[in-house]
Amino acid sequence: MKNPIQGLHKEFENRIKLGIMSVLMVNDSIDFNELKDILQVTDGNLASHINALEKKEMIAVKKQFVGKKPNTSYSATINGRTAFSEHLNALENLINKT
Amino acid sequence: MRTAESDLKDIKELMERSSRFISLSGLSGVFAGIYALIGAFLAHLYLLPINELERSGNSDTINQLPYMILIAGSVLVFSLITAIWFTTRNAAKKKQKIWDRNSKLMLWNLAIPLFAGGCFVIILLAKGTYDLVAPSMLVFYGLALINGSKYTLNDIRYLGYCEIILGLLAAWFSGNGLLFWSIGFGLLHIVYGAVMYRKYER
Repeated sequence: MKNPIQGLHKEFENRIKLGIMSVLMVNDSIDFNELKDILQVTDGNLASHINALEKKEMIAVKKQFVGKKPNTSYSATINGRTAFSEHLNALENLINKT
Repeated sequence: MRTAESDLKDIKELMERSSRFISLSGLSGVFAGIYALIGAFLAHLYLLPINELERSGNSDTINQLPYMILIAGSVLVFSLITAIWFTTRNAAKKKQKIWDRNSKLMLWNLAIPLFAGGCFVIILLAKGTYDLVAPSMLVFYGLALINGSKYTLNDIRYLGYCEIILGLLAAWFSGNGLLFWSIGFGLLHIVYGAVMYRKYER
């Protein structure tokens, strides 16, 4: 029998990382402040989780200038989308098993 | 301890909240419906004597267009003001911003078919094809709702379907424009708004 928790990715165990990925799955791209508003977390907290996800290549970061202001936006990579879908499936399997 | 269930619930909620504008208030629908019914009633009162004259064959001198446009315009303006007021209140209650990327996307997507419809109706008026004015308004409004439903409560999609069906019926049974218009913009809005209010705001 297949191990029910096989698809769980430990990268998404943290609540804020889970939140970031959830938002990026349904939005093509989103900037730092929008993400902060939705998740209601502090700058530092959000930044550290974003960095971790970026290092694992789950999300892509795009820096650009909007007028004179720098703007950083994030999107999920194909890699990240696949991994998060697997994670979701695994969570659903867990529920169905019990 | 966190469970898979609570994780999935949070994920679903975040996906919903981050990609849709969920503060659209049902009460704005109810009031828009009431304004539309008042407007339709005024139009009806105004048209009664004109229809009489038409039957006796000397209506050529009466131009009813400015009065009708005034009524329709007032209904629209009052509906928008009320919608903004109730939706702002609802957004504050839900701690959602009223002017964020999702409300912008929603408005933009609503506006495209509405703008096309508006132009189309103006052309119909200019060409004197009055029979098709109410049906066109209903059909284009329905298309706008379906187009905007991706960025707000998905339920407005069903209101959109109803408006389109009603618009097509109105086109087929031409000559009853005002009646179909009252059902589509009056009755359906009230029913829809009341259902939404009960479902999401109480």
